[in-house]
Amino acid sequence: MSDKKEKEALFSVKNRKLLINPLHKENPITIQVLGICSALAVTAKVKPAFVMALSVMAVLAIGNVIISILRNGIPPRIRIIVQLVVIAALVILVDQVLKAYVFDISKQLSVFVGLIITNCIIMGRFEAFAMANRPWESFLDGLGNAFGYGWILIVVAFFRELLGSGTFWDIPVMEYLGVYDFGYKNNGFMILPPMALIIVGVIIWVQRSKDKTLVEQK
Amino acid sequence: MYSNFYIFRYASVMVIIVAAILSSAAMFLKPLQDENFRIDKMKGILASANIEATTENAIELYNKNITQEIVINNKGEVVSDFVDGKFVSGDLSAFKLDLKKELYKKSKGLDYNIPLLVAESNGTKTYIIPLRGVGLWGPIWGNIALQDNFSTVIGVTFGHKGETPGLGAEIDTKNFQVQFVNKEVFKDGKFQSVKVVKGGVAILPTDMQIHGVDAISGGTITSDAVSEMLANCLENYVPFINKSK
Repeated sequence: MSDKKEKEALFSVKNRKLLINPLHKENPITIQVLGICSALAVTAKVKPAFVMALSVMAVLAIGNVIISILRNGIPPRIRIIVQLVVIAALVILVDQVLKAYVFDISKQLSVFVGLIITNCIIMGRFEAFAMANRPWESFLDGLGNAFGYGWILIVVAFFRELLGSGTFWDIPVMEYLGVYDFGYKNNGFMILPPMALIIVGVIIWVQRSKDKTLVEQK
Repeated sequence: MYSNFYIFRYASVMVIIVAAILSSAAMFLKPLQDENFRIDKMKGILASANIEATTENAIELYNKNITQEIVINNKGEVVSDFVDGKFVSGDLSAFKLDLKKELYKKSKGLDYNIPLLVAESNGTKTYIIPLRGVGLWGPIWGNIALQDNFSTVIGVTFGHKGETPGLGAEIDTKNFQVQFVNKEVFKDGKFQSVKVVKGGVAILPTDMQIHGVDAISGGTITSDAVSEMLANCLENYVPFINKSK
């Protein structure tokens, strides 16, 4: 039955959609409003946001593939637990690897790496996609959603770090620009978690005003 | 439909496989992680004495600046003395001493040892005391560097396992730690420690303000834990300090 499907190109139109849609039209943060907790927790600086995005990408892409491979054998009655075990195992692996190779960042992320387990994007993709699709498609879907999550994280972190600490990737950009001489001051408010939500809100606003199809009809 | 037997078998096999993968990863990565913890500890010790170290140069700076490592017992006697890379007496390493175990022995009323690190520059000695205590969600730790009068604080560093981000976790920020500089641990020759004061040092009598710092809003339990840790760890050195005066 799947003869025709198996010949499908690796990056067919359908598969490319899996990768690209989550960046915009099906963005996990701005459209599905998932994973907000970590979006506000790790975005005070670009570096941890970037590492968080990479970690989520690893967990989501690999996890999607594992679940997809196992999907025909997973007993439906314990599928949520199976998904959780896969997520938890991968998160622990990511945490161990970070501790071994990028200790400073792992210290900054501290509890948030553990919190990837509770990131609803991951569970959502396992349940909605990987349980019903083949490994390659699931892999692309995982990557796509992680990119969709990641770019929002990095944009939010960019503004928060630039305006809040006057730096980008710990480089004192504002100091180089010399704006402090004109009486410019860093806005400490940007460092606080609520500003992450406000920036996410602004992104949602921009996104929906550019693409009216995203606005819900009442 | 899957039978109950299948479900049990599936769950068991999965758990065993996952456990095997995780434990082998943990074993494989352990040496690298231990090295990171060691370097981080060095960085903390150096930072408390106002020596900024990066991951790359921490070991070098540590070996250069920390000239002496002493292990003291609870009676204030020197058990082990390690100077310029050689043991002068004893064979216990102050750096490797497990403070958690020693403080546990203390709580059980047993004899215990405590570490003291000495940094020397231009003939003046800085004494660095490692700290360990219990925070809200897990262990907290740190280092406090004192001038050679054993009272005036040069600097502190704190770390934590999992205090609440934004609240208790603020103890590891510069803003909190810088408050400790130039505070006094002794008051007229009597041990006083430095307290983290809820409501701010301004509420203390003037002569006590030198022994207190402002607490963290929303982080009262962690703040109290820091006070407790300082008092519990520093008091162990009083017999030694009295002897060396």
